[in-house]
Amino acid sequence: MLCDICHKNEAMIHITEIVNDEARELHVCQQCADAESMHMNQGFGIADLVSGMVGFPGEAREAKEKDLKCPTCGMAYSDFRKLGRLGCSECYEAFKSVLIPLLKNIHGSIHHTGKEPEKMVASFEKEYTGKKINVVTKEVKIAELREKLQRAVQTEQYEEAAVLRDRIKELEKNKI
Amino acid sequence: MKIDDLLKQPSEWLKGAGPDAGIVISSRMRLARNIKGFTFSDWADDKTREAVKDLCKRQIASSNFMKNALYAEMDKISPVDNLLLLERHLISREHLNNPSGKAVFVSEKEIISVMINEEDHLRIQVLQSGLNLISAWDILKALEKDLEAKLDFAYSEQLGYLTACPTNVGTGMRASVMFHLPAVVMTRQIKDILEAISKLGLTVRGFFGEGTEAIGNFFQVSNQVTLGHREADIISNLERVVKQLIAQEENSRKFLIAKKREQLEDRIFRAYATLKNAHVINSEETLELLSLLRLGVETDIIKDVKISSLNEIFIIIQPAHLQKMRNKKFSSQERDIERAKLIRNVLGGNTKNV
Repeated sequence: MLCDICHKNEAMIHITEIVNDEARELHVCQQCADAESMHMNQGFGIADLVSGMVGFPGEAREAKEKDLKCPTCGMAYSDFRKLGRLGCSECYEAFKSVLIPLLKNIHGSIHHTGKEPEKMVASFEKEYTGKKINVVTKEVKIAELREKLQRAVQTEQYEEAAVLRDRIKELEKNKI
Repeated sequence: MKIDDLLKQPSEWLKGAGPDAGIVISSRMRLARNIKGFTFSDWADDKTREAVKDLCKRQIASSNFMKNALYAEMDKISPVDNLLLLERHLISREHLNNPSGKAVFVSEKEIISVMINEEDHLRIQVLQSGLNLISAWDILKALEKDLEAKLDFAYSEQLGYLTACPTNVGTGMRASVMFHLPAVVMTRQIKDILEAISKLGLTVRGFFGEGTEAIGNFFQVSNQVTLGHREADIISNLERVVKQLIAQEENSRKFLIAKKREQLEDRIFRAYATLKNAHVINSEETLELLSLLRLGVETDIIKDVKISSLNEIFIIIQPAHLQKMRNKKFSSQERDIERAKLIRNVLGGNTKNV
């Protein structure tokens, strides 16, 4: 098996990581592992290997995406592959076609459901006089939760599923 | 506050108090945030990094949470002071690399630290003693709210808070708990437990976080996923697992005491005797013996040592601490001698030549 980073040497180090019951594998050669560790001046963490995961395993897709460049900070897709980190917040838009599948792979989701900046909440409420936007976001949220619930049931995570079910119920009850 | 002031008192998070403060050493909550309109730290030129540092410095310094805080710029302080901050878990290993434009704020009791221009523009962390994720999160939330009013954070409606590494995007939040699990290790269950944890979207690391080994039976468990879950759910998920781990460790201790008491006491008393009497000791051996002694104190086998003294030893036996406390640069051999002296001193053992 060839190394996922240099695609030249035989892969000697194999890493399997499991997120949300989905296994994800990475195979690298000794040189790339060393180079990466030296570069980072610390251990060979999975986060450092994100660069190696983009475009993996399909090489064909990569050819097209090699030319991607962020118009704001000038980071090229190849820079991101090398560095494992994005150049600026606009890179998320510029590299969307590669990042979305990557995020799905890492987090099992592509939708933020956590807290949002208070400023943003305040300005929304001003604009839509509160109620309307609440209804919309609530419906989006319920749909998202349903999707998660389905996934939890499929993967037999029943404890998680029960929590999700209760949250959906609660949201539906409070619907304006 | 100045860096040397840190040496005058033990860190608040090592006071050995709080819920489950025996098995759980500390709880840490961290948020990654970036300022809208500025290139991320690693990709930015020096001018941008300086600009981010100045902007953040002004806004953080004026926060109520930072009264009498320590502020240090990594390229302006000495290498040993940099290392000292690392040893006290106030900055990350990464923060030592490429120091231009990097800085840190540390609150008076070392509960809060804010790194500027680490991987992200801001890494805000709160450390608490014992299992205290919720109280750490409350402090962190309040501080973030304060900063958010003055700084525009990079945020997308779909992806949440935008971070330099895609592994942190969304909440930008990492919750972690540091454990001491000697009985689970002795009863050879640790491998299975670590495997189970990794299936729950959590990761396990060593004493110093990312890329470090677990020494002395200390493990750090944290959430891996940051996108698609609410902060509160991530915290309660971690807390559920933490409580199971505590129960597992408690059961294993009971088992050892019931079935292997002599062997257990033998190992613990030997460790205690060595620490009290050793004249040359390296840090690895120290951590291993401290782990046993800690187990002895928590199981009441050893009655005349306080957990807080053990926590203190943990920190002061590290190279930068030794050097600062003795005000002298040591070779690694001299360090092993100084380390042994300090430990004898704290444990009230053979104090000749201290």
